[in-house]
Amino acid sequence: MNDVTLEVRNLSTHFETRAGTVRAVDDISFSVSRGRVLGLVGESGSGKSVTGFSIIGLVDPPGRIAGGQILFQGRDITQLPERELRSLRGNRIAMIFQDPMMTLNPVLRIDTQMIETVLAHAKVSHEEARTRARDALGMVGIPSPDERLKAYPHQFSGGMRQRVAIAIALLHRPDLIVADEPTTALDVTIQAQILAEVQKLARDNGTALIWITHDLSVVAGLADEIAVMYAGRIVESGTVADVLDRPLHPYTHGLIGSVPSRNRRGTKLRQIPGMTPSLLNLPGGCAFRTRCARADAACEQDPPTTEPVAGHALRCFHPQLEVVA
Amino acid sequence: MSAALDIPAPPKEETPFQRFAREFADSKLAVLGLVIVLLVAVLAIAAPWIAPQNPYDLAQLDIMDGRLPPGSVSADGLTFWLGTDDQGRDMLSGIIYGLRISLSVGVGSAVIAGVIGSALGLIAAYAGGKIETAIMRLVDLQLSFPSILVALMILAFLGKGVANVMLALVIVEWARYARTARSAALVERRREYIEAAECLALPRWRVLFRHLLPNCMPPLIVIGTIQIARAITLEATLSFLGLGVPITEPSLGLLIANGYQYMLSGKYWISFYPGIALLVTIVAINLVGDHLRDVLNPRLQR
Amino acid sequence: MTTWLLRRLIQAVFVVLVMTVIVFIGLHVIGDPIDILISPEADQAERARAVAALGLDQPLWKQYGLFLWGGLHGDLGRSFVFNEPALQLIGGRMPATMELAVTAVLLSVVIGIPLGLYAGLNPDSLLGRTTMAGSILGFSLPTFWVGLMLIMVFAVQLGWLPSTGRGETAELFGVQWSFLTRDGLAHMALPALNLSLGNIALVLRLTRAGVRENIHMDYVRFARAKGLSPARVVLVHVMKNILIPVVTIIGLEFGSTIAFSVVTESVFAWPGMGKLIIDSINVLDRPVIVAYLMIIVFLFITINLLVDLLYTVLDPRVRLENRQ
Repeated sequence: MNDVTLEVRNLSTHFETRAGTVRAVDDISFSVSRGRVLGLVGESGSGKSVTGFSIIGLVDPPGRIAGGQILFQGRDITQLPERELRSLRGNRIAMIFQDPMMTLNPVLRIDTQMIETVLAHAKVSHEEARTRARDALGMVGIPSPDERLKAYPHQFSGGMRQRVAIAIALLHRPDLIVADEPTTALDVTIQAQILAEVQKLARDNGTALIWITHDLSVVAGLADEIAVMYAGRIVESGTVADVLDRPLHPYTHGLIGSVPSRNRRGTKLRQIPGMTPSLLNLPGGCAFRTRCARADAACEQDPPTTEPVAGHALRCFHPQLEVVA
Repeated sequence: MSAALDIPAPPKEETPFQRFAREFADSKLAVLGLVIVLLVAVLAIAAPWIAPQNPYDLAQLDIMDGRLPPGSVSADGLTFWLGTDDQGRDMLSGIIYGLRISLSVGVGSAVIAGVIGSALGLIAAYAGGKIETAIMRLVDLQLSFPSILVALMILAFLGKGVANVMLALVIVEWARYARTARSAALVERRREYIEAAECLALPRWRVLFRHLLPNCMPPLIVIGTIQIARAITLEATLSFLGLGVPITEPSLGLLIANGYQYMLSGKYWISFYPGIALLVTIVAINLVGDHLRDVLNPRLQR
Repeated sequence: MTTWLLRRLIQAVFVVLVMTVIVFIGLHVIGDPIDILISPEADQAERARAVAALGLDQPLWKQYGLFLWGGLHGDLGRSFVFNEPALQLIGGRMPATMELAVTAVLLSVVIGIPLGLYAGLNPDSLLGRTTMAGSILGFSLPTFWVGLMLIMVFAVQLGWLPSTGRGETAELFGVQWSFLTRDGLAHMALPALNLSLGNIALVLRLTRAGVRENIHMDYVRFARAKGLSPARVVLVHVMKNILIPVVTIIGLEFGSTIAFSVVTESVFAWPGMGKLIIDSINVLDRPVIVAYLMIIVFLFITINLLVDLLYTVLDPRVRLENRQ
């Protein structure tokens, strides 16, 4: 079964700053298969966005991919020359950004921004490109796409702009979409609509989807697998059922405990004490130990990745086996 | 266990001025600029004691020494390091005296414009309403026309002369101070110490000038530095065009204008060296001003 | 859009009126209008006749009315020196100034934008740093001094280009232009470069700042994520955003360029209206001074209005707000 669209092996992305090296992504591995959705969860600053940009090859200096492989359909794209990488971007691998108010160029019309994407990867006429752009707008549920093509971004609401961005990502029916918190900036109702549509589109096209978010409740309904990131590392990963119902890592416990839920009404919302550590010159050992109630001397060593249950990986010396209330 | 995450030791206590001096010294170029500015200022102030010759004492001039190239020696054994002009005047002495006039006109007008402009700007911010609208409309109108045009217009009506040039420079410059003072004051006004002063029912002028003004000084100092350079440039330009200072009080601009006709015949030094003096002064002031802006701008202090 | 335009027009007319009042006050309150408007060589009888003819014996408000009325009819007095209507005299010199100013603005675009783009994209490169340092000089060096140096180096020392005058001209639309002949272009090279240096520095810095600001915006990353070529990202996506402020500033600076041509024209003996006004101030040919000031004010207001219009055409966000 060679349905694996993307396999990331031991990826590290570092930022060389004057104050020192920031290990934004530190030795992470995961994979996504055709038609599957991976939820990449973590607090801000955990390295999840940098992971997304690493996959699409848009890490700008002073950042650089310091090690590891990113195998896209079996090919290591970290070794590809920029030219070939560019022919994949927006074509086989697409990305949707967080803030729809910022991702579209404010002074170019929607048709310009869509048609240039079509023409960048397909040798078709301008007319054909326009038709494809219009169809893509229709697909993401934008009414009267012919007229809307001639509009400028500021004439759309935030939700509509994100639909346009999604339509652009879908233009070439990519094999992989990296979505970086695409619904965070939107209203809850619009968020739900977009989630449902993206899920359907990905399933129908057999697209693999990486959904980056800090919101566990979003991935709970959307993803097949979950990887939890903390301070540049994946601390726990597995199927949605494994990670959310039988979490092992104290950090995952903390995350789940801090989501408000109906069946915990009246009980105090738990929060994780302390703050995410600065990634600058992070000392060795488990990065979570300063906030962890279970930490002891052993945690000053790097915890290895273990698989206590098949398919459920973990980096912790003291997994928390009891079920969350 | 967080021992490994060592926190840098807090910096030693330093006064705001020490901090300012340390940050200013960060830029070697700006320090060099400051040194040059101080040097030029000393030259200008001490001109009568430093200059080899009093270039405006006709008894010391000999027309036979006219237009000598740099390094020539006069009949009385005086070396003209930078040559002489058509009157046989030592250019070095002429430049030192010229700096005196250029600097006093530039600094003088910048200070007067600064006082008037800042006062109007503060009043606009503090008074608000129609007074503010009137003052700021005038500022906008003034700033929409280039400085040279406004100065030309004033001098065309008033005629030449040091006082008229200074008046023109003040009229050209006040608006920029007013705009800066107003925007700084609008920010400061909302601070609590102003509210506190107002609660104490202090007289308005006291709140305005004793409390508000000192806290608006940093941006005004930055603008003031750059405005001095602009004033010196504009004065030199006007004098070069023959509309500025009279021939009896030649600034650097006028010295350059006097040498212009000889330049085409290769006697470059009469224009060239005063120009270099002007240039070095302006660039040095700008270097200081540019860096002051970086140091004093609170937005850049993270 | 129409109401907006109308409002701007009324504003413009208002500013012109204010400026006529200021010039009028300059004439009548600060200076003595008899000196200003009547040739100093006139004898007593001529003076009396002129005073009556000019209405200088009338009350001030009536005189202002006459001044305004004259201005509306293109009558701003006669030059003492050339004995020609002042407006006609300035009009005759205007093409020389205009071609110089337009060339200077073109130079600032052709040189400033590419250098600014380069410096913005490669801020730490040697050329990037050099252009930035150079632009500081471009701002702070006095125009007249740079002009002198250009003459000294290129005309006197190297002898490559002529130093003064307009050179050979050719006629187009009934006006003589230097840019139509080789000799004229050679004569225009140094003054145009001189006049453009400040603008080059300005355009360069604006472009660089725009690139630095825009290059880290999400829309640029998104454009790259779409797989567009770097050339298209920079030249279409980034440039279109930068051009709006740059074009606005260039437009506004066109007025300043005309004003500053006073200096350049004096240095290079370029026979435009800037040289004329300096000569007129030096010989106290005051009707010409007044006419020049009024023309410049009018030009400024017109340019500002046109730039505002252009801005709304360029920026879709402003354009659509105005239509509603």
